[in-house]
Amino acid sequence: MDAAQALADLTEISSQIEAAVLFSEDGAVLASTLADGEAPARLVRGAQELLEGGAAFRSGGAAVTQLEASTPDGGVFVVRDGARGIVATTAPQPTAGLVFYDLKSCLRSVEEEPPKPRRRRSAKAAASEEADGGA
Amino acid sequence: MARRLLGFVGVAAGALAGTVAYRRSAIRRHDRLDVYFDDGSMVSLVEGSPEADRLLPVARDVLAAARS
Repeated sequence: MDAAQALADLTEISSQIEAAVLFSEDGAVLASTLADGEAPARLVRGAQELLEGGAAFRSGGAAVTQLEASTPDGGVFVVRDGARGIVATTAPQPTAGLVFYDLKSCLRSVEEEPPKPRRRRSAKAAASEEADGGA
Repeated sequence: MARRLLGFVGVAAGALAGTVAYRRSAIRRHDRLDVYFDDGSMVSLVEGSPEADRLLPVARDVLAAARS
């Protein structure tokens, strides 16, 4: 699914999510619910800083897969799955489990690109190739 | 009569101030950071710890950017 479409579906499904940005491993913004400008990049930079800061809490190579920052002003959620990540903001005291579930579903829907249908050879083309091969 | 009224107003104002202070402190207790790792473990940090105090401002900046 297209990244922008996945985010549109996410905000339609989850009323708790105020804003969300999909990003790649290198920090590039793939899609955003925010208007174009500096804000999506700031969200991604903050998300990466939170992921890096969270990873510092553990030694032994355990990677951060998701995190939640809860403040009186609202919540910040970051989920990382493979080469992509998503950062989202919510109102105060969200249902964390549901938000994480929706964010993971969104990431999966982007990653699950449907296989491109293979073009079937027409009978005429196949017969022509066989004739060429036989000659 | 006026003294009684003054006393009642004083008690009411004190109760209101106490309620507001309690609610604010209760809200502040919700400041925290939960980090989940790929091995299934989780670390929860509350405001006041050095690690949380370093990362919670980043989260507040993210919220401010999203609402700007």
